[in-house]
Amino acid sequence: MTWGLDDVRVSFGRRTALDDVTVRARPAEVTIVVGGDGAGKSTCLKTLVGLVRPQAGTVRRPPKQRIGYVPATSGLYADLTVQENLDFIAGAYRLPGGQRGERERQLLERTGLAGVRARLGGQLSGGMQRKLAAALALLHAPDLLVLDEPTTGVDPVSRVELWRLISGAAAQGTAVVVATTYVNEAARAASVVLLEAGKVLASGSPDAILRAVPGAVGTAARTGAGLPGPLSWRRGAGWRVWAPGGELPAGVEPATPDFDDAVVVAELAAQAGR
Amino acid sequence: MWAMVAKEFRQLRRDRRTVAMMIVLPVVLLVVFGYAANFDVHDIPTVVAGPGARQAAASLRPPFHVTEVDPAAGLAAARSRLQDGEAVVAVVTGGAGVHVLMDGTQLFSVETAQGALARLAAARAAGTAGAGGAGASRVTEQILYNPRLTTSWVMVPGLAGLILVFVGTLITSLGVVRERQTGTLEQLAVMPLRARDVIAGKIAPYLMVAAVDLTAIVLIGMGLFGVPFTGNVATFALGAGLFLLVTLGMGVLISTLSQNQGQAIQLSFMIMLPQVLLSGLIFPVTSMAAGVRWISYVLPLTYFIEISRGVMLKATPISALGQPLGLLALLAVVVLGLAIVRFRHDLAPSGRRSGKDAQPRDAGSEAVAA
Repeated sequence: MTWGLDDVRVSFGRRTALDDVTVRARPAEVTIVVGGDGAGKSTCLKTLVGLVRPQAGTVRRPPKQRIGYVPATSGLYADLTVQENLDFIAGAYRLPGGQRGERERQLLERTGLAGVRARLGGQLSGGMQRKLAAALALLHAPDLLVLDEPTTGVDPVSRVELWRLISGAAAQGTAVVVATTYVNEAARAASVVLLEAGKVLASGSPDAILRAVPGAVGTAARTGAGLPGPLSWRRGAGWRVWAPGGELPAGVEPATPDFDDAVVVAELAAQAGR
Repeated sequence: MWAMVAKEFRQLRRDRRTVAMMIVLPVVLLVVFGYAANFDVHDIPTVVAGPGARQAAASLRPPFHVTEVDPAAGLAAARSRLQDGEAVVAVVTGGAGVHVLMDGTQLFSVETAQGALARLAAARAAGTAGAGGAGASRVTEQILYNPRLTTSWVMVPGLAGLILVFVGTLITSLGVVRERQTGTLEQLAVMPLRARDVIAGKIAPYLMVAAVDLTAIVLIGMGLFGVPFTGNVATFALGAGLFLLVTLGMGVLISTLSQNQGQAIQLSFMIMLPQVLLSGLIFPVTSMAAGVRWISYVLPLTYFIEISRGVMLKATPISALGQPLGLLALLAVVVLGLAIVRFRHDLAPSGRRSGKDAQPRDAGSEAVAA
């Protein structure tokens, strides 16, 4: 069963938060919704788990017992210990005692939280809180796992651990949807939805998005020759330039666009279209 | 400095509840409490019994308000009227003279009655010289339940309730708000929990703590002030349980109506203040102006005080407390019902429904199509 949104429109008052958005969440796959602040990522995820009602379109989701959701705020109890947080989730989802202990142990092991069971949620570091939140959402082995910016503000090591946890869930058959502002994280997903101002700029596998980059992308070592211009952006020590028509200006070396370039080009193209 | 003043006014303008609290509340409080704060008793429910009942009833003037005249009834029947709270004064005629029984739990009514009786006796003494009428019979007074009219005996059963109103309403009013502020409410909304389970789960622990609390307060009150407990413990427990349910339910209702802890505390105070002055704890409910008296009748503390004073001091049987117990139960149903409705709204998906055709249908909680 594929979960997800089909042509969903969500508006709050006069403001349209999502406009004709389609996101597919397939079992055993990670789908990443990437976009800047205010792009509609959270609304997209909230609609998927049933926190926001769409005005149009179709939402397919498993029953509540089969959904795991981590809000951007982590959603764990700061005044309960790690173990007590686990107990609450286990009770709310009525997990049988036997299988629960083993699953708890595995999740705590994988998140490196096994040694802090007795620590209060609020006393964990930001990264640990995110890892605990993800572990809580995975405790009942959901069919659909939805995480809202789980890696924002998390150190690189914890980020790797979080992604290992998320990929592990997908490997066991869970359909995973993750929102992120980090483009480099999107490159690893099976499928990516690029969201900007409530609209889908591009979607598909990272490869497909790369192949679909229109025009040509090149690199320039230094300023001059019309740089910086509206269709160029800083990349490392030099510049990247996008030529919508395929004709790169003089002094710009052609380059093979990577996923980061694809995302920037998609946004530039959208701006040009508006 | 002006930048600060401008900023404060701008913030104040966005916080409507605080503005309401600062401007509307003082006016409302003054008017309501001004009319309610009244120690003067103008109406004392009185039953008259015994062979000379009709004659005695005819001679009674306000503040005595004769509610029942029964020549066939005797002392025992008159006593039970006071015990059941149907009357504050019972005049029993026959035998050696007139015996006046008074309910010592109604301090102000009894004091007023004593004064009125003294005036009546004086008038009669002045009149007998000339007329030599039947009024010459000897009048004896007896105060029941609280013979020395000890204030603490009357206050402690009510104060126990008031303390629970403060503790219970305030603590539970923060319950849902805390979840909203920390973002865990969203998590709860996604979890397979029903609104009534969450509300029950929120109230149950506090109900247990509050029950222990109330027991301790009553026991300490009895120990320190010598307040008697003459009635049935089970009846008291039933009333207390219902009262706590309403009080804690109000806290949760406030919680669902507030966006943050400050708002919850403000609303709690708006609920708690009237209970101090309008519940009959200090001022007799019957002395309040009719325009504000109705407020007393929607406050749970009013009924709890009736029950706790009745059971503790007068050993009022459960059969005579049907009305306050029933109304407390009704309040509990209404308050908890509202809390559940409000909370279900909190857990339901947000976003406007824009017309019938655009309303998503839930197909077996799997596919939601609009």
